[in-house]
Amino acid sequence: MKSIIGRAATLAALALAALSAAAQTEISFYYPVAVGGPITKIVDAYAADFEKENPAIKVKPIYAGTYQETIVKALTAHKSGTPPVTSVLLSTDMFTLIDEDAIVPFDDIATSAEDKAWIKSFYPAFMANSQTGGKTWGIPFQRSTIVLYWNKELFKEAGLDPNKPPATWREMLDYAQKLTKRDAAGNATQWGLQIPSSGFPYWLFQGLTTPNGVELMNATGTQTYFDKPEVIEALAYWVDLGRRHKVMSTGVIEWGTTPKDFFERKIAMMWTTTGNLTNVRNNAKFDFGVAMLPASKRRGSPTGGGNFYVFKKSTKEQQQAALKFIKFVTTPERAAQWGIETGYVAVRPDAWETAKMQEYVKGFPVAAVARDQLQFSVAELSTHDNQRVTKALNDGIQAALTGAKTPEQAMKDAQAEAARILRAAR
Amino acid sequence: MRASAAIHGWLLLLPAAALLALFTHWPVVGTLWDSFHATPKGGRAAPFVGLENYQVMVADEVFWRSLVNNLWYALGTIPLSIALAIVMALWVNSAMRGRTWLRMAFFTPTVLPMIAVANIWLFFYTPQYGLLEQFTSLFGMSSRNWLGDPQTALACVTVVAIWKEAGFFMIFYLAALQSIPPSLGEAAALEGASRGYYFRRVVFPLLMPTTLFVLVNAVINSFRLVDHIVVMTRGGPNNATSLLLFHVYQVGFSFWDTGYAAALTVVLLFILASCAVGQFVFIDKRVHYQ
Amino acid sequence: MTRSEDIARLIETGAAWLLGFLWILPLAYAFWTAFHAPEYSTRFALAAPLTLENFRRAWEAAPFARYFLNSFMLVTMVLGAQLVLCTLAGYAFARFEFRGKDIAFFLVLVQLMIMPDVLIVENYRTMSHLGILDSIPAIGLPYMASAFGIFLLRQTFKTVPRELDEAARVEGAGPLEILWKVYVPLARPVYLAFGLVSVSYHWNNFLWPLIVTNSVNSRPVTVGLQVFSSGDQGIDWSVITAATLMTSAPLLIGFLLFQRQFVQSFMRAGIK
Repeated sequence: MKSIIGRAATLAALALAALSAAAQTEISFYYPVAVGGPITKIVDAYAADFEKENPAIKVKPIYAGTYQETIVKALTAHKSGTPPVTSVLLSTDMFTLIDEDAIVPFDDIATSAEDKAWIKSFYPAFMANSQTGGKTWGIPFQRSTIVLYWNKELFKEAGLDPNKPPATWREMLDYAQKLTKRDAAGNATQWGLQIPSSGFPYWLFQGLTTPNGVELMNATGTQTYFDKPEVIEALAYWVDLGRRHKVMSTGVIEWGTTPKDFFERKIAMMWTTTGNLTNVRNNAKFDFGVAMLPASKRRGSPTGGGNFYVFKKSTKEQQQAALKFIKFVTTPERAAQWGIETGYVAVRPDAWETAKMQEYVKGFPVAAVARDQLQFSVAELSTHDNQRVTKALNDGIQAALTGAKTPEQAMKDAQAEAARILRAAR
Repeated sequence: MRASAAIHGWLLLLPAAALLALFTHWPVVGTLWDSFHATPKGGRAAPFVGLENYQVMVADEVFWRSLVNNLWYALGTIPLSIALAIVMALWVNSAMRGRTWLRMAFFTPTVLPMIAVANIWLFFYTPQYGLLEQFTSLFGMSSRNWLGDPQTALACVTVVAIWKEAGFFMIFYLAALQSIPPSLGEAAALEGASRGYYFRRVVFPLLMPTTLFVLVNAVINSFRLVDHIVVMTRGGPNNATSLLLFHVYQVGFSFWDTGYAAALTVVLLFILASCAVGQFVFIDKRVHYQ
Repeated sequence: MTRSEDIARLIETGAAWLLGFLWILPLAYAFWTAFHAPEYSTRFALAAPLTLENFRRAWEAAPFARYFLNSFMLVTMVLGAQLVLCTLAGYAFARFEFRGKDIAFFLVLVQLMIMPDVLIVENYRTMSHLGILDSIPAIGLPYMASAFGIFLLRQTFKTVPRELDEAARVEGAGPLEILWKVYVPLARPVYLAFGLVSVSYHWNNFLWPLIVTNSVNSRPVTVGLQVFSSGDQGIDWSVITAATLMTSAPLLIGFLLFQRQFVQSFMRAGIK
């Protein structure tokens, strides 16, 4: 009798042990898809490969839409008590996430010496939007900068050297004037330049303010500088392109259709994200070039794109599992592969040194332009109550571009609004 | 017998009443309540702030812009979609050639989600090579940035809304037309009445109940349907196409300022309630209901 | 008919056909673009080759099958609940006397004007407290008690002759049995018409589902489409129209096959 009970108890204990060993840590992972291509497939493959190496962890990738939609979903989930364990969100959402007490700094989970070295291995330009108050809150994953694409055939037609992109604002205007074609009635059939202004014009605006030597906010996200004279100057340059020099369409130009405009040869030069590189490569039926943004007082561009964040309302095991996954996905080889397949900029210098990346760059040199621009790049506009502040700036830019306000008035109003919002946020 | 009937009545009503209370009446009260409180931040609860949210609203340019836009938008969509619906119904109901095809053509927009068609309309309005541009260039008109110009953007989204709604209203009018006895039309023709006269004096009054029903729908839709704004313009350029509900969505789910969003919603509710009161007063005077 | 009347008729037919053509243009464009390569999405060269590649890309890029299923479940769940709840409530208003009936009816009418769509902020909070966020019931619950349905059915039930009611009562039937055996069959066209309105409304609903759903498990087709078509890369009309056609196909085909029945049911429902 005793032995049977004894054996049953041992069996039960063994079963229990086996069950708890088989108990997995599950991490849910929201990610946005901002570029085309089989992103969901790649992410699913990463999850599967990671699970193979780490059988105790289960990764659930959840495709959540655009950056905007993903932050809404993540915060929605956080407020209702069941946030994802980790998510890729805009690097500029950092202050919002901190204010909502939604995320943990990586310093709290990445504690070993090896981990600390890993945090240091990313490009400083990308870390600018990822660190504040001496702590690291985000790890760069899919990052980008703005670049200028140009149609080499149209350059040749206009008598310009097809291999020499404009390097200064003076040159860009000059080239654009040569590249703008009109028909007999005076209507433009081809615009020299296109800088889109729908949705998030502030980002492209930073492609003008940074070269003009000015930053739009302070490092702690508590102050904005929209009404500095260099900022107003940059806006005036942008507005004049359309309204005075007539090398660009007036009004607000749609971001989503700009690549298509380029493929249709309706525009000769366009400003858009380096994330569009693969798209342009596949769809442009002509020779094209990619260049850094032209300089005014210096070269410059904002960075863009998304970081990994780890959410607070998760267990310690889940946070460690998430950290493992994030490290897995940002090894030099995977960072290189992600950059090659999507057109994003590989986020760490040693990724560019891998054999695969070097081969890729040799065959497609323009892929390195965005990387080379990193040394001139600054943080993307990011403040507390970020959405509201950027909306104030966006509205101001659009008001100037549509002629509703002068650049000076528009920026003064935007600054006043931003100051009011930031005061209330404190 | 009376008492049991009353109990039966309430029991039958209970499930629907419970859901209505939970998702319509309670939120209305809740919205009003929230509008007098600031947004809860972090852990602390929402403090009472009286009329502060309303003061912010009065000073908010984007709110006024959205309100004015919504009123113009409603003024554009409601009469035009109803008028078109009547015309379409008359055509489809007549002996016109190809009317089955016409009926299908007019009704298809109803079956397509607005989200889906908004992208297609985006192509129509694209400058230079968009469909509209390809058409206007035939007439030598210069290229316009239809959606990027504050002067034309609101009109463009209004057209999309009319296109979406008219076919749906047409079906109601069609049903109403088909229930008008043909003898009326024959009598009018015998008396030598013109088609216009017949329509004005006989058909249109008979369509009044349908018109009222359709009017209610059209008013609601002009405040509720913002899907195309989300896809086509995101409220731009410079808030030229921002509508009230879109602004509520932005404030509530993008800025997470739920106190202020509640105040904005109160304005929206007030407008809808006023329309409802206005329409029910109108019913009493013009239409006889059981 | 005189000559001028003939010409007038002709012009009118022409105008009608023109309007019809304009109305079907977006759908026609969708068909063109979905079946041709991206180069032809903005030029209409008639000799361009057809392709199914866009459909393949769209199908692979997002789990449309799941979105379909979600929309289908949503629409079915909402309609089912609406039919039951609105029948019961309409019957109560039509045939029962009880204190507070008028006030209750007035409160029902409130929802005619103030739809759950404008109460997104509060309803979202309610769903969050109920703990059912990111689920299909969360999308459907606010709509299940439809004031429109209650109103319609009340009108319809009121027109049922009392003799039928009394005859059934004489035979010993209770109120629910009378409802099921007498009233419901007579209201069949109304149910059909209401069903059509409800299905097309909820199949197309976007803003509320966008807010309430987070994951693929509950996301309906409309949100799936939007999530799929917005991206940094810009708009690829070929794939978007392919996805649109795929997801609109059931409703489109359903309508094409049953147009006449739809119109007739509206007529018989006497929605006036």
